[in-house]
Amino acid sequence: MKPRFALRSSMPWWRGPALIAAAAFVSFLLSAIVVRWAGGAPISAFHYMFISPLQTRFGITESILSATPLIFTGAAVAIAFRAGYWNIGAEGQLLAGTIGATWVGIHAEPLPSIVGVPLILLAGMLFGALWALVPALLRTRLGIDEVVTTLLLNPVALLIISGLLNGPWRNSETGFPDSDVIAKSTQLPIIWPGTRVHLGLALGVIIIVLCWWYVGKMAGGLKLRAVGMAPGAARIAGLPVERTLLVAALVSGGIAGLGGSSEVAGVAHQLTTGISSGFGYTGVIVATLAALSFIGSLCVALLFGLITVGSFSASRALEIPSTIGEFVQSVLLLTVIAALVIQKYRVVWTRGKK
Amino acid sequence: MIDITQEIIGSSLRIATPLALAALGELVTEKSGVLNLGVEGIMYGSAFVGIATAAHTGSLTTGLIAALVTGAAAGLIFAFLTVTLGVNQHVAGLGLTLFMISFSNSANRIMFTSDGGQVRVDPWRPIDFGGPIFSQYWITYATFLFIVPLTWWLMRRSGLGLKIRAVGENPEAADVAGIDVTKTRYTAILIGSIYMAAGGAFITLAFVGSFTINIINGRGWVALALVIFGRWKIGRLLAGAALFSLINAGQLQLRLLPSFSNVPFEILLALPYLAVIIGLAVSGRNIPYPGAYLKPYKRH
Repeated sequence: MKPRFALRSSMPWWRGPALIAAAAFVSFLLSAIVVRWAGGAPISAFHYMFISPLQTRFGITESILSATPLIFTGAAVAIAFRAGYWNIGAEGQLLAGTIGATWVGIHAEPLPSIVGVPLILLAGMLFGALWALVPALLRTRLGIDEVVTTLLLNPVALLIISGLLNGPWRNSETGFPDSDVIAKSTQLPIIWPGTRVHLGLALGVIIIVLCWWYVGKMAGGLKLRAVGMAPGAARIAGLPVERTLLVAALVSGGIAGLGGSSEVAGVAHQLTTGISSGFGYTGVIVATLAALSFIGSLCVALLFGLITVGSFSASRALEIPSTIGEFVQSVLLLTVIAALVIQKYRVVWTRGKK
Repeated sequence: MIDITQEIIGSSLRIATPLALAALGELVTEKSGVLNLGVEGIMYGSAFVGIATAAHTGSLTTGLIAALVTGAAAGLIFAFLTVTLGVNQHVAGLGLTLFMISFSNSANRIMFTSDGGQVRVDPWRPIDFGGPIFSQYWITYATFLFIVPLTWWLMRRSGLGLKIRAVGENPEAADVAGIDVTKTRYTAILIGSIYMAAGGAFITLAFVGSFTINIINGRGWVALALVIFGRWKIGRLLAGAALFSLINAGQLQLRLLPSFSNVPFEILLALPYLAVIIGLAVSGRNIPYPGAYLKPYKRH
């Protein structure tokens, strides 16, 4: 007897949600094993991770703060993937955005905030889009697969940051490889008084709504989805496939770059080599778990912000590794992508060799 | 001067060993039509499991075997997701990388660093056949004298290699010709993952002798770049690995000279990535991607 997967012709409505729930259950089970191994009680760890940050204002706002960059990278990945452009380079594009933002930030001393803030946001967006430009042109002009080119530019962006921070942008006071603090006039205002939640969150939500509205409701968005779902058919129908891909790639890079501005101008106020803890890569997980829906990406980003803050509090309280948060996220990705496919198939047992 | 040249060549062979192993593994995988972005994570996880096992058992050989088993297990997960289920290869690969890294970091913290320590073993020592060039780790000798010719034979001369290339070029035709596409792709992914694992284990068990966060430091991505730079040919791939390792080893020496101390070495480290992208741009439409690159196969 050999198992074979066959497409289901019909599917009861509960099968999809049930499989996702099963995937989540498996993820928690695996994470519980690691927590147990670390000498912690799994139930208590999950309480710290998912419940206790929601019980204090500080926990809630810090979770939102951690979610902010993921809102940008999640949206960036989702819009590119929707168009069938497999941008794995949100990490590099976000990092390029931090370079552009820092460049404006450390040279913008005399400007008023009304100029400084838009300028630093624009710089991040522009640098992010520029970073996305070369792989996008290689794909649309020469047909070169973008998965590897976008991915390989991620370490390059980090190396450039490291080169800048060890060279011209080295901190002029401490001599450490961090940039100087950016001008006050370019720092994003706090939008929730008494917390660290800054204008970046509002921008991220606006980006999500704009993407949802454009891709879901506008003619241009329909074209984008058509190119993503069936590029061959879209080309025959006379749609500008290459142009759509190029625009999607640049918009994706711009959104990721804006996320870089948001981190530099909203939280860190300077550039460091650790400015991104893999936000671009996590953005791929966020968008995938959201099945490339924008509103869904926002929700998953907020959930991941909660997990990030929660895993730190669990780590402090129970002395388990704080990397458990990343572990939960990656296991969720692997189990959910499996579940999403399995729900479409049924297993058929066949006799004999083939 | 001759001494310095010999030093540079000697150390570039060491630097090239994990890159060559991982890139050969990626080549075998990609030839079957599957892109494995898990390469960075497989190297990372195997590097960790290898040294953790070696530290517990006191045997480097046991550590290496554990690392290879880890690589095979990771490959099996990846093959199940991409071949059996047919999910996006880049998402599955990236997910596998993040999984292996977060697992290793968590396990490292639980097992070794919770009290501020670090896992260390007494690593394999270079075997000296005279001179800095011929004073290398046994894995380096094994890689270039045994694994490389074996892989060439596997891909170009063996029946399995023919099958791997067939399912990578045209799975429909291969299936009609009676080749089991699923089984062949599983085999290619498993072989590839074991190679990557050997590359990761080399770093902790021979090259460094300890495990620290970010120990692979993008070597998996360099390997990925080398496969494309080498246009899926073993000779060109090795030439790319040699070039990158020479630059890398050379810059360590150059930085000791006063006139070069101001050159940002990050530029040199970025070279392999940029070389691939420039190379791709120059080759334009003539890149010999495997025919079924990134395409899952489902029989209708």
